[in-house]
Amino acid sequence: MTMPLFDIENLNIAFSGRTVVHDVGLTLERGEALGVVGESGCGKSVTFLASLGLLPGKAKATGRVRLAGEDILNVPAAALERIRGRRIAMIFQDPSSALNPVLRIGYQLGEALQLHRGLTGQAARQEAKRLLDDVGIPDAANRLNAYPHEMSGGQNQRVMIAMALAGEPDMLIADEPTTALDATVQAQILSLIDAIRRDRGMSVVLVSHDLGAVASVCERVAVMYAGRIVEMNTTEAIFDHPRHPYTRGLLSALPELTGPKRRLVPIRGSVPEPWNLPQGCAFQARCDGATTRCHQSLPELVPIDHSSQRVACHHPLPGAVMDDRYVA
Amino acid sequence: MTDFKHVSFALLAVDQVRKRYFARAGFLSTPKPVDAVVDVSFTVARGETLGIVGESGCGKSTTGRLALGLETPDGGNVRFDGEPLPQQGSPAWRAMRRRIQLVFQDPLAALDRRLPVTAQIRESLDIHAIGEPKARDERVLSLLTSVGLTKDHASRYPHELSGGQRQRVVIARALATGPDLLVCDEPVAALDVSIQAQVVNLLMDLQAELGLAMIFISHDLKVVRQVSHRVAVMYLGTIVEEADADVIFKDPRHPYTQALVASSPTPRQKMKAPLLLTGEPPDPAARPSGCPFHPRCPKVIDMCRTVTPTARQITPHHSLACHLTEPAMLEAMAP
Amino acid sequence: MIRFILSRLARAALTIFFVMTFSFIVLRLSGDPALIIMSPDAPPEAIIAFRKAWGLDDPIWLQYFHYFGAVLQGELGRSMRDGRSALVIVGERIPATLLLMIPALIVKVGIGIPAGVYAALHRNSRIDRLVMSFAVFGFTVPSFVLALVLVLVFSVGLGWLPTSGADSWRHAILPVLTLGIGGAAVLARFTRSAMLEILGQPYIRTASAKGLTWSAVVRGHALPNAAIPTITVLGFMVGSLLAGAVVVESVFAWPGVGRLLVVSVSNRDLSVVQVILLLVASTMVCANFAVDLAYGLFDPRIRQAPRGAGR
Repeated sequence: MTMPLFDIENLNIAFSGRTVVHDVGLTLERGEALGVVGESGCGKSVTFLASLGLLPGKAKATGRVRLAGEDILNVPAAALERIRGRRIAMIFQDPSSALNPVLRIGYQLGEALQLHRGLTGQAARQEAKRLLDDVGIPDAANRLNAYPHEMSGGQNQRVMIAMALAGEPDMLIADEPTTALDATVQAQILSLIDAIRRDRGMSVVLVSHDLGAVASVCERVAVMYAGRIVEMNTTEAIFDHPRHPYTRGLLSALPELTGPKRRLVPIRGSVPEPWNLPQGCAFQARCDGATTRCHQSLPELVPIDHSSQRVACHHPLPGAVMDDRYVA
Repeated sequence: MTDFKHVSFALLAVDQVRKRYFARAGFLSTPKPVDAVVDVSFTVARGETLGIVGESGCGKSTTGRLALGLETPDGGNVRFDGEPLPQQGSPAWRAMRRRIQLVFQDPLAALDRRLPVTAQIRESLDIHAIGEPKARDERVLSLLTSVGLTKDHASRYPHELSGGQRQRVVIARALATGPDLLVCDEPVAALDVSIQAQVVNLLMDLQAELGLAMIFISHDLKVVRQVSHRVAVMYLGTIVEEADADVIFKDPRHPYTQALVASSPTPRQKMKAPLLLTGEPPDPAARPSGCPFHPRCPKVIDMCRTVTPTARQITPHHSLACHLTEPAMLEAMAP
Repeated sequence: MIRFILSRLARAALTIFFVMTFSFIVLRLSGDPALIIMSPDAPPEAIIAFRKAWGLDDPIWLQYFHYFGAVLQGELGRSMRDGRSALVIVGERIPATLLLMIPALIVKVGIGIPAGVYAALHRNSRIDRLVMSFAVFGFTVPSFVLALVLVLVFSVGLGWLPTSGADSWRHAILPVLTLGIGGAAVLARFTRSAMLEILGQPYIRTASAKGLTWSAVVRGHALPNAAIPTITVLGFMVGSLLAGAVVVESVFAWPGVGRLLVVSVSNRDLSVVQVILLLVASTMVCANFAVDLAYGLFDPRIRQAPRGAGR
């Protein structure tokens, strides 16, 4: 079996002594698109910020993060700088604030091009224009002279993507890339990410709270809850037969656009603070199927049915398709 | 289908309203007129929810404010319970605040940081002199219970509550005066999925119990469909399509509605690229001629560029503002 | 652009008008110049003659009217003490003040800004805490206290520098230091908070994520943004170039505009005081105007309103 492009093993992240990410592990193959979903505070963004060393000083990460077999967690700054943008690129939420407001787009793109491909002057400008064309920005040549506030959120996100592509990375991490954008623009950006991935064979990690967004781009999905991965499976499987009660709870709480209207079923209770988890399963207080075993021992993320399907639950839900599965 | 149809009398009737703002393009230039809302008409019956969807710049929030009476329209009129809305700032207008209340997106901003929750709810009762002063604290508690909070929450400050709890407080406060109409502007946008579900259920339960009418403004089609009886889709200040909630998303007729539906993928289907819209939601300061949607419309014809379509009823409960509404053309264009 | 300049000029004129009128009224209400300038045992006729010569018997509105008319013609009055043109008297003192203020400004900027930036980059380190304590010191210790302490240490104690006067370049060192240290503290504190706020912005993370070295991120992305709020403070400091040294000049008996102001006020030498106030108001107004223009230069967002962004 070939080495995965990117893998995380036993990752623990703590802020000032409080652990927010517990024992997270996942792998990403070349050309694969992995979605990481979860509600706010579940640790999904922090996990990937840690792998690029972008967390603030008071965060401590332990465990292993490897890129093509090479350790990249807690390596010195110079090593991280070689990876960022050139091998792993990251784009963020709210693109209009993620771009420097006093520098022109062309300059910000040029910076990446010079850094990673040594391009300057006219060559850099031409390449910047080509990148903007690739990401679908009309009138690219003029846009190079524009400032971020002169463009819309959707266009700024395209610029971020262009900047990410400038270094021709192996992998793109998109952290809530569409959350601050309008619906039709969201769809365009997701479609763009999908197209880029297919054209360049790039791996993509899409972090989002929006299952629909993730489903449209990713083949596999990891569901996180209170700092842990609780389920990992193919997209179809996650939606058709979720195995973890939390995943099922999330799906039942989502309204649908078509089909019979049903009452939404929220998950009772609320998310515990990741640093204040009960003994045993973090979801026990909110789970209808919790037993004494759930209170006492923490379920591990283990394969179920298939090696690529994993659930962290002592009593995973049945895999067969059921009719009224969304009714509590 | 809910049985609101027997009530023929509209609680809120908005008729051809317009609202224009003036915005500076730069700090050195003259202000330019921006038509935020253009010829918008709709009605809301008692106990019914009208959902308004659209992207940024479509004017849905402005429409909400016009319905509330927080802004005066530049043209057209708004009638509430048969009477025109009173002059802003007048005693009649202040008295009317009891009957139309607002819930919006950021509950932390809507609540006073320095006052405990019960004081804020009680304030509504005090201002409108509802009930005996002594009985008001009781009423506050019963309001909190009706939104699913407990006595413990009562004495807390807003920052000590979670986002979902805060939004419940805002709803409780809005309900304190016993309003007939609740205008909700993105009330669940900032909430996690599960909390969203709780608040959505709460609003629907309250509506059933109290006979509340609601205007639910949101960009999230799925939530709007869940909550609304009827839905109006807005684009650049006009309503482009209006129909029953189940119909409009299952069988959208306006190309923009079709694009919105296509952008909201269901988990089991990948997005169909040909249906995706190109371009950006437009700048209200730069209105196109003719149909406001024509620059992005995949089905544009010459007429669209010059003549603005008016809303026409294609069925008794479905109106559409699009030139492609000839029955024969409709057949050919249906998705 | 024209509208902007014209509106700013109009505002400037209004400010100066207010300063003029206000100072005119207050000065004339605060005591009889005749009695103060002429010695107490001058004969009553001399006092009456003095008053008449300077028009001090006229009702105040008439005095103001004459004054205003004179100003519009460029005649800014004469000193009541020696009869010379007030403008000339003040003009003579400007170089001395600038000799203190410009080096002081260099000290403020040269120490204050780097200290603030460094403190922000090494937040909560020992240097940061040192800088912050220094800043508090600069805010709280009045300039005359600092001046006197420096005099005690360097003049009286160590004998390295002279106590007061303006005879040699050595005399300038202590006043410049006094002014510079206080201002550097203020600037350091201000620069630090501006930098901290900027370092917390999303675009800094984007720049790091691109693979830039931290120093490139600070130089290329953080500092250009930090310039914007710093300009305000600098503008203020430049605006007070002419009158910011009143206390220090008095303590060190430095013959500048500030000292002249103190002396003229106590002598009720009205015209001179008015000229100084006018000068200060004009300098401030010009500095503000320059700051407004500089904003436009440094912050492209101010040049034009943002386009409709995403939701």
